[in-house]
Amino acid sequence: MDRDVMLLLYRDMTRIRRFEEEAARCYTRGKIGGFLHLYNGEEAVAVGSILAVEPTDYILATYREHAHYLVRVGDMNAAMAELFGKATGCSKGRGGSMHFFDVSKRFMGGHAIVGGHIPIAAGIAFASKYRGDQDITLCFFGEGTANMGAFHEGMALAALWKLPVVFICENNMYSMGTPLYRTLAVGDVAVRARGYPMAQEIVNGDDVLEVREAVRRAAKRARTENLPILIEAKTYRFRGHSMSDPAKYRTKEEVEEWLKRDPIRLLADRIYDLGIASEAQLKAIDDEAKHDVAEAVKFAEESPTPAPETLFDDIYAEEQPVPDVEKVVALPRRASAGA
Amino acid sequence: MRELSYREALREAMAEEMERDERVFLMGEEVGHYNGAYKVSEGLLDRFGERRVVDTPIAETGFAGVGIGAAMVGLRPIIEFMTWNFSLCAFDQLVNNAAKLRYMSGGQITLPIVFRGPGGAAHQLAAQHSQVVENLYAYVPGLKVIAPATPHDAKGLLKSAIRDDNPVVFIESEVLYGRKGPVPEEDYVIPLGKGDVKREGKDVTLVAWSKMLQVAQDAATELAKNGIEAEIIDPRTIRPLDEELILKSVRKTNRCVIIEEGWPFAGAGAEVAYRVTSKAFDYLDAPVRRVTGEDVPMPYAKNLEHLVLPNVEKVVAAVRQVLYRS
Ligand SMILES: Cc1ncc(C[n+]2csc(CCOP(=O)(O)OP(=O)(O)O)c2C)c(N)n1
Repeated sequence: MDRDVMLLLYRDMTRIRRFEEEAARCYTRGKIGGFLHLYNGEEAVAVGSILAVEPTDYILATYREHAHYLVRVGDMNAAMAELFGKATGCSKGRGGSMHFFDVSKRFMGGHAIVGGHIPIAAGIAFASKYRGDQDITLCFFGEGTANMGAFHEGMALAALWKLPVVFICENNMYSMGTPLYRTLAVGDVAVRARGYPMAQEIVNGDDVLEVREAVRRAAKRARTENLPILIEAKTYRFRGHSMSDPAKYRTKEEVEEWLKRDPIRLLADRIYDLGIASEAQLKAIDDEAKHDVAEAVKFAEESPTPAPETLFDDIYAEEQPVPDVEKVVALPRRASAGA
Repeated sequence: MRELSYREALREAMAEEMERDERVFLMGEEVGHYNGAYKVSEGLLDRFGERRVVDTPIAETGFAGVGIGAAMVGLRPIIEFMTWNFSLCAFDQLVNNAAKLRYMSGGQITLPIVFRGPGGAAHQLAAQHSQVVENLYAYVPGLKVIAPATPHDAKGLLKSAIRDDNPVVFIESEVLYGRKGPVPEEDYVIPLGKGDVKREGKDVTLVAWSKMLQVAQDAATELAKNGIEAEIIDPRTIRPLDEELILKSVRKTNRCVIIEEGWPFAGAGAEVAYRVTSKAFDYLDAPVRRVTGEDVPMPYAKNLEHLVLPNVEKVVAAVRQVLYRS
């Protein structure tokens, strides 16, 4: 394994962890409003997946999407400012924690209605195929989503039309307060793929390298053969569903058991074992993350709130002259992103 | 009289009706083992068991439809939406099935079902989690739509809704759950379709429901300081609407301001304004005015959210306009 890649994975996972820990503190201090869903413990899934694909591939996630945004877009300032409801936020303060967007980086959101974004992901993949582009779409969601109608319909269409989309189920064992076994009639979400039918794979979601390998394979297939796949990453969220959930439905022993499998810890151990970096080097990465988070908070604090006169901006697209037909037909085509 | 919170009042209504009638059961996400996402159903699983307090997966279309099927053959389901925002996933079930099965079957089917849960804007939850849906459902013939403002009304109306033989959309207010108020010990119901005069006054009629009642009351207090006596009518039930009560008040005050949290276009307030204008035109001394939420998806930023929602200043300004005192 490439040394630089290992360190990059470590860096991104650390940045997410530090960012979210600080976000939790800011939430408690009343700096952040609304719901705040944290991703602590699941970092390996977003990092392993998104770093396995091209920067031109599309990403969609749920309301628990800070991590996916940070891996793909990386702009901590814009992320923190969005949480603070500031004009400099990645959605100009309109979206908040659950609706991060950066379309220029093909980060297609933060979606807060469970299952609602799954057909949308299929639609983005449909457009790629339609245009003959080589781009694929990664769509993240939790295991609790696997019972929604939109989930089944989105999957069914993706399989039927052979759309280049990689569905990634972040199975953290709970949908809100309900454990998997009380919501799912099948043992693994992955088996649901059979009926559409669609390829499937189950991976250890705490192992960033395993996730990365699986998504690389899936992405290659999606790109070259237009075949969708459902990957189920088994993982665990260390905190409650959101900041308002004390997570009393889990035992201390259970949480402690999973804390031993902290994906960041696991990767650090691997890095030491392989002699890639020393403890001091990893600490330097961590310190840099903390520094960047502190800067982001400062940036967010000092940023202006959205101007009141912008309230009605962006409800509709600006009026534009009707383009002539030739321009409509000649859709932009981009060069292949490569596999 | 003892005081209960809005949440406790709703819980008591469900518990009493489940006690009275074996056919009544509660179903929804996190209603049982988690004791309810907003703790409305706290303790009901312990009391009534898993047969009657049923946790569901996240599958709105599915469990709304299951409720409808069960009601078709004689059970009396209470279906909780974790919030009404998610009911939109089940919109087809409510609109195309619940509302129409009786009519389409020539009256053969009776559908005693209540869909309930929190609605309206809450603190900085942004566009997909902060919206008013009573207008959407009130549009549909075959549904009854209720939006109570006080613990007393919440309990009495929910009991009536559960006993009603029609599909009822019962929209609670997320931000009122902790609000306390007097609730009688003894069994009582409030008939669906009966509004309430929440304050007597002679100068202007304010029509407001759910959490907008508080805005109306605060505005009335403010107006009283300047000698303006507002009468407040809470229709409580949006469909059917207690038209007579509103008209009676307008005939007395000759002016009307409607306050609603939802979007203005085709809103329930527009219906009220139309009825007042067409049926009490001769009594009006000024055009009916509406104070509504702004015509925009709900922004996350606190300062913008504040601009969107109706507030006391906006209501006072509207009242001044109908009194020609601006
Ligand atoms: C349609 C819909 N129903 C209910 C909710 C409320 N809700 C938000 S997250 C959640 C649990 C989702 O669990 P899962 O899909 O496993 O994702 P996780 O949060 O575990 O990442 C629920 C019930 C919602 N947002 N949308």
